[in-house]
Amino acid sequence: MNKVKAIVLRAAGINCDQETVEALELAGAQAARLHINSIIKDPSALDDAQILVFPGGFSYGDDVAAGKILANQVMHHLGDAVRGFIDAGKLVIGICNGFQVLVKTGILPGFSESDGSSSVTITYNDSAKFEDRWVYLEPAADNCVFITPGRRLYLPIAHGEGKVVTKTPESLDKLLEEGHAAFRYVDSAGGQGGFPVNPNGSMESIAALTDTTGRVLGLMPHPERFIRRTQHPFWTRMPENMEADGMTIFNNAVEYVSTNF
Amino acid sequence: MKHWRYEIFSRTGFADVTGRDVLHEIKELGIDTVKKVESSRVFLIDADFEDQFARRVAAELLVDPVCENYYIGRRPLPDTGGAKSLIEVHLKSGVTDPVAESVTMGITDMGCKPAMVRTARKYVFYGDLTDEQLRFIARRALANDCIEDVIYGLEAEPPSPHTPEYKLEHKTVPLLELDDEGLTRLSGDMDLFLDLREMKTIQSYFRDKGREPSDVELETLAQTWSEHCVHKTLKSAVTFSYDGKTVEYDNLLKETVFGATQELNKDWCISVFEDNAGVVEFDETDAVCFKVETHNHPSALDPYGGAATGIGGVIRDPMGTGLGAKPVANTDVFCFGMPDIAIDDVPAGVLHPKRIAKGVVSGVRDYGNRMGIPTVNGAVYFDPRYMANPLVFCGNLGLIPNDKCFKNQQPGDLVVVVGGRTGCDGIHGATFSSGQMTHEHENIFSHAVQIGNAIVEKKTLDTLLQARDKNLYTSITDCGAGGLSSAVGEMGEKLGVEVNLEKVPLKYSGLNYTEIWISEAQERMVIAVKPEKLDEIMEIFASEDVEATVIGRFTDTKRLTLKYEDTQVGELDMEFLHDGVPKYSRQASWNTPKLSEPDIAAAGDYTDTVKKIFSCYNVASKEWIIRQYDHEVQGGSVVKPLCGVATDGPSDAAVIRPKPGTQKGVALSVGLNPMYGDIDPYHMALSAIDEAVRNLVCVGGRSDRIALLDNFCWGNCRKPEIFGSLIRAAQACKDGAMAYSAPFISGKDSLNNEFKMADGTEVNIPATLLISAISLVDNIEKCVTMDFKKPGSLIYVLGLTKNELGGSHYYYINGELGANVPQVDLELAPKLAAAAADAISAKLVRSAHDCSEGGLAIAVAEMAFAGELGAEISLDGLAVSDDCDTAAKKLFSESNSRYVFEVEPDKSSEFEALMAGLPLANIGTVTDNSLVNITAGGKTAVSGDIMEFKQAWQKPLAW
Repeated sequence: MNKVKAIVLRAAGINCDQETVEALELAGAQAARLHINSIIKDPSALDDAQILVFPGGFSYGDDVAAGKILANQVMHHLGDAVRGFIDAGKLVIGICNGFQVLVKTGILPGFSESDGSSSVTITYNDSAKFEDRWVYLEPAADNCVFITPGRRLYLPIAHGEGKVVTKTPESLDKLLEEGHAAFRYVDSAGGQGGFPVNPNGSMESIAALTDTTGRVLGLMPHPERFIRRTQHPFWTRMPENMEADGMTIFNNAVEYVSTNF
Repeated sequence: MKHWRYEIFSRTGFADVTGRDVLHEIKELGIDTVKKVESSRVFLIDADFEDQFARRVAAELLVDPVCENYYIGRRPLPDTGGAKSLIEVHLKSGVTDPVAESVTMGITDMGCKPAMVRTARKYVFYGDLTDEQLRFIARRALANDCIEDVIYGLEAEPPSPHTPEYKLEHKTVPLLELDDEGLTRLSGDMDLFLDLREMKTIQSYFRDKGREPSDVELETLAQTWSEHCVHKTLKSAVTFSYDGKTVEYDNLLKETVFGATQELNKDWCISVFEDNAGVVEFDETDAVCFKVETHNHPSALDPYGGAATGIGGVIRDPMGTGLGAKPVANTDVFCFGMPDIAIDDVPAGVLHPKRIAKGVVSGVRDYGNRMGIPTVNGAVYFDPRYMANPLVFCGNLGLIPNDKCFKNQQPGDLVVVVGGRTGCDGIHGATFSSGQMTHEHENIFSHAVQIGNAIVEKKTLDTLLQARDKNLYTSITDCGAGGLSSAVGEMGEKLGVEVNLEKVPLKYSGLNYTEIWISEAQERMVIAVKPEKLDEIMEIFASEDVEATVIGRFTDTKRLTLKYEDTQVGELDMEFLHDGVPKYSRQASWNTPKLSEPDIAAAGDYTDTVKKIFSCYNVASKEWIIRQYDHEVQGGSVVKPLCGVATDGPSDAAVIRPKPGTQKGVALSVGLNPMYGDIDPYHMALSAIDEAVRNLVCVGGRSDRIALLDNFCWGNCRKPEIFGSLIRAAQACKDGAMAYSAPFISGKDSLNNEFKMADGTEVNIPATLLISAISLVDNIEKCVTMDFKKPGSLIYVLGLTKNELGGSHYYYINGELGANVPQVDLELAPKLAAAAADAISAKLVRSAHDCSEGGLAIAVAEMAFAGELGAEISLDGLAVSDDCDTAAKKLFSESNSRYVFEVEPDKSSEFEALMAGLPLANIGTVTDNSLVNITAGGKTAVSGDIMEFKQAWQKPLAW
């Protein structure tokens, strides 16, 4: 088959695009960085790719709310293109700011309140501060193609608005019952807890969401920042053959595309 | 046109994070009658849309429907719960409002372009407040007078957004006939900060020309000749009397700091002291460049904005070096007043140190994080004398292709300004920062504070790198201090340049040609473009919504020509502009103070002393700051600022891998110790260099590829004894650089950090030399960190511990300064650093930590708690000088050039062999428990639990 192709979206303020490309290439994909203006001009640029990445950063300065302006732009100019991409069985991943964009477009979790308004949002950390720290993640969804079931990951977060909240308790139930919670924040032994185990106060320790297809993933932690051993915060204490957890996400994506396309 | 007003506030059941923070700050101000604060975001939108669309704008764009509600119009005070008063904070007219720009874009995406968007913040207070208290809260906690207006109550109107149109009025300034007094007065009236000799030089130039100068010509000279831009103090000739001897310098900088660089003449230095940053070799294809700047005065007035533009500005230095570097790492170092001072003891016109600290940290955080550049290294230092003159050092490391390290602008090339628009912000920044601060400063120089917008800079960077790689421009520099006047003036120095000032894109109308020319508005770069490449480069900028405008042309006239529309408003000879500033002869003196060692009674057990030192602000953990900075973006971090089992140990230095596909890295470190300067600035400076070197070596940096940067922040250098202390430090810079064979590659100074209080008292900052250092790491896999790794390992100390408690933290907690300041053995120190680097490179060492603030006891305890292991140590075998004869001296002396290593037993003989002939001692072992036990002469000197030490260290700055 042909090489797996990924598009990493660029826009004003996105700043994790290059390392995301590096991660995808390490996983065996061919990855191109494309500016949103050029995709809006020619949405067929997406046709050739099987993975679309909304990377981390501060799109449009996170003005109004994190990811909001870019989400608005995507909805009004690329809504059909992105929905078409997902409907074609392809993969979409949003990391950090990209996750915020996917939630604020409504692509994640993919359902809304009865009045049409959003059920889920990502808002300010309980600490009210931007925080850079490493967290453990326990897979919680069993149908998400990006996830290796049972494999706990250690990855960094770096955000000020990462708290996943729902508008109503019913929406939270629905998230959990329908398997939208893709990862939960846990401690090194797998237990849930308060700060800093759950670094932002997310409801039910939710760190990541997936849609009903399992082919769209949004997560606050940055898998592209742990693709080499020397990125681990205490790699100097760890065995030399240690695997880089972040790669599992990208490897799973590339493997899925290789098998299904 | 309709005027829409939206108020957006938290929905019941969802936290109002901002309101909660404000309430906390009000309590900190000593007001406890407020029970609750409710915050709202306010949007004022002028647009032609109808009710239904207006509601969509709120619901779909402005509001987070999950956790917020909105109100269209002016929301009355809630009639329940005791809401008593409200205020709104609006930006002053003309101040950059990035959120408004984004909202404009968002509404346009929805299908209707608004005519104007403004934003504000509204606060409702529950509880009784007098008008006076309300104003106090507004001023101290909510608004910054420099950039914001506060309106009180429901009836008050927000400030008008409109600025008047500008009609050209060409102004000349009568100068030729002025006497000395008149010249001095003119300099003062125009805020030129030029002294009489400089004014007379200008007068004589224009007498030769036979005409009066225009306002813009005088302003251009004032900017270009400012201390900030030309460093006239450091470049002056000096007669220096030092302890009765006299030394003459013809050019201080050339004969000290730069002199060492010239003598060392390293072939790996590509471009030093000539561009916006110093450039050194990295590998076969790329070089790295490094620059550290200060942004002190603006940060004193507006901590958030001042610091944000400080980091924004220094990022533009590598962007404007050679043909442009990609920024890959930030560093930051702050000096503040004591954060626990009572608010009533803070003088008029000065912000509380804690507010400054919080604002500065937030400013660097928001700008650095938004730029996507990891902030990897830094330091914070507290001293009461920084209260009115806080120091904010921001640094940036860039990666630049080897074939893009030099500029090559030619006559005929177009002058193109790229990035942000020009506004009134930052006018007179260069000259203002060269003067003394006073209690009235914040009123007079409010316009000297620039306002930043990181996303504009990020977009500009993204496009410039594409244009660079396609060779579409011939030269680039940043608009920093002095604005276009400095940037364009420097680029045209050897050629000549003509600028049409009316072409410069403006944020709003009303700027006159002088304001356009000297504005320090942020996020602007100037490039030189060949006319035939213009279309191609403009297309790149346009494709990513970056503004770029041709504003002039380089010529071969050797003259700077300024035009507005068709009128020539200024013309200066480049030679006079750049070389006309009169050379100074200054007097300086230094008399080593007569100090003595205190007599502190020996204690049997020093465990509590160790805890007290850990809790000193200058030793305490800076985790509160570090975690607010993204230190991992770009994926290059190898040694992060925090390390160890719980990722909370203090790394000695940072290591980053600046590009994919390499095993090579760059280590970054700092050295700073103002406390030693109170005893002897020479040894302070050598200590700073030694500390920076130790830090680099401890993480795996090479000891033979170290490049240094200097930042001199001093008090009023017109005072001979203050200037004298700077000269002693500069002499040490030369001696240290030569000894370590480590050239200075760039530097910067900020002199005259003096504050005049309302009663006339003048407070000078302590002599502050920041040494920032970088080194190559050949193989990042060989880097080490400072946390103990394995029980049973041997603990070694390399280097000699001496009777050097002067300026130590041990003396500090006992209220003493002392006399025996740590010195550097210039023969031995480089050998120790080289041996340490060799041992790490040979993989003989599991952990390494430099011995610095607090001394050996602190270093070992830090290694233990970071590794969550214990240590069993005896001081008896320590390599010491003869007079280092007490437990206190061995535990707490801050002698330089010392390294603590963890070595596994099977590597110890090889390790010891490598260290043969050097002062080295095995002082103990790493243990499998949580106790640090240190004995001297068989008796316990320290015995404490690592978690207690860690707690003492983490508590003071856990804000």
